[in-house]
Amino acid sequence: MWKKVYEWLDERIGLNDLYKNLLDRPEPRGNWWNTLGSASLFLFILQGVTGIFLTVYYTPSPDHAYDSINYIMNGVAFGWLIRGIHHWGATLMVIVVFVHMLRVFVTASFKYPRELTWLVGIGLFLLTLGMGFTGYLLPWNQQSYWATTVGTQIAGSVPLIGDFILKALRGGPDLSALTLQRFFAAHIWMLPAALAGLIGLHLYLIIKHGESNFPSKED
Amino acid sequence: MSEGDISRRGFFIAVTGLVGGVIGVVLGVPAIAYLLDPAFRSSPKEAWISIGKLADMPVGKPYPFSFTRVELNGWERTSTSHGGFVIRKSDSPTDLIIFNSRCTHLGCTVNWQEAAQAFICPCHDGKFSEDGTVLAGPPPRPLDRYADFRLTADGVLEIHYKES
Repeated sequence: MWKKVYEWLDERIGLNDLYKNLLDRPEPRGNWWNTLGSASLFLFILQGVTGIFLTVYYTPSPDHAYDSINYIMNGVAFGWLIRGIHHWGATLMVIVVFVHMLRVFVTASFKYPRELTWLVGIGLFLLTLGMGFTGYLLPWNQQSYWATTVGTQIAGSVPLIGDFILKALRGGPDLSALTLQRFFAAHIWMLPAALAGLIGLHLYLIIKHGESNFPSKED
Repeated sequence: MSEGDISRRGFFIAVTGLVGGVIGVVLGVPAIAYLLDPAFRSSPKEAWISIGKLADMPVGKPYPFSFTRVELNGWERTSTSHGGFVIRKSDSPTDLIIFNSRCTHLGCTVNWQEAAQAFICPCHDGKFSEDGTVLAGPPPRPLDRYADFRLTADGVLEIHYKES
């Protein structure tokens, strides 16, 4: 019965081909360093799911942001767990993405024909940092408030257009409700959308070219 | 390979499925509990509220009282004001009526008008008599009463408040 259902679907969607191309790809040889990309993807999905869950209770306004997070931590069943995973997952994701990048650099996997994969990967790394930066403000406590003050100030130190960048980031000259709201919008809509798009491109390129061999002693 | 033996590949598929299932349950149950948490909560919707000393309430003249209920929804506190009138018909501590001052028409607060000897609602001119019955205007039913009340040992009148 299930076999027939599967065959019907496979004929129309091509499940077997998908499986073969996505999950049953040949690997150069077993190496744990090659799993970091998949680990990054897993963390992205984990952050996405826990982040969506957090929006059920979180409110991005100066009046309610801190209290709503306090409520998630102390009032909601397993709120501490969902937020804990999101909090530590964020740190872990930055580390894993960076080590992944380092691995690609050290094994020279960015060379022909994978230059574009590398460039897209740089975009993914910067977006990951952007997620960390925008997410840090959302609890709206002293630590996040001043970290964002300093962070936007640094962006504002660019010559000539610095003041404009600062105001664009903060939504005005000061950190305000507008800053919190736009960081929230960036954190849950714009950056994740950009990340998802670039991840798709990154994966397509990886599947197209296969994984690179590790350099041998002669290389 | 004899019957009942398991291949290396089959073993890994089974173990992966098993571990994945355990992780799924361990994460899935908290996730559902997290989402449905507010539905499992119940807040106390009743309380005994003291509205004043019986000795302070004159016989035959409506005695106004008010109290505030604070409710906590998530992290947000909302307070609602309630009010009413005590009408003592005689010196007997149980011979009294306690009205809710909320008009039965659309919920405005009625006031006792000495000249008219009636409770008048300012919104649509609803008029209630001293025993709460509708004298004039749009209200569909008499004033609501706090039927459940008690007197404490030191002479304080308390009403049993229930959220409707």
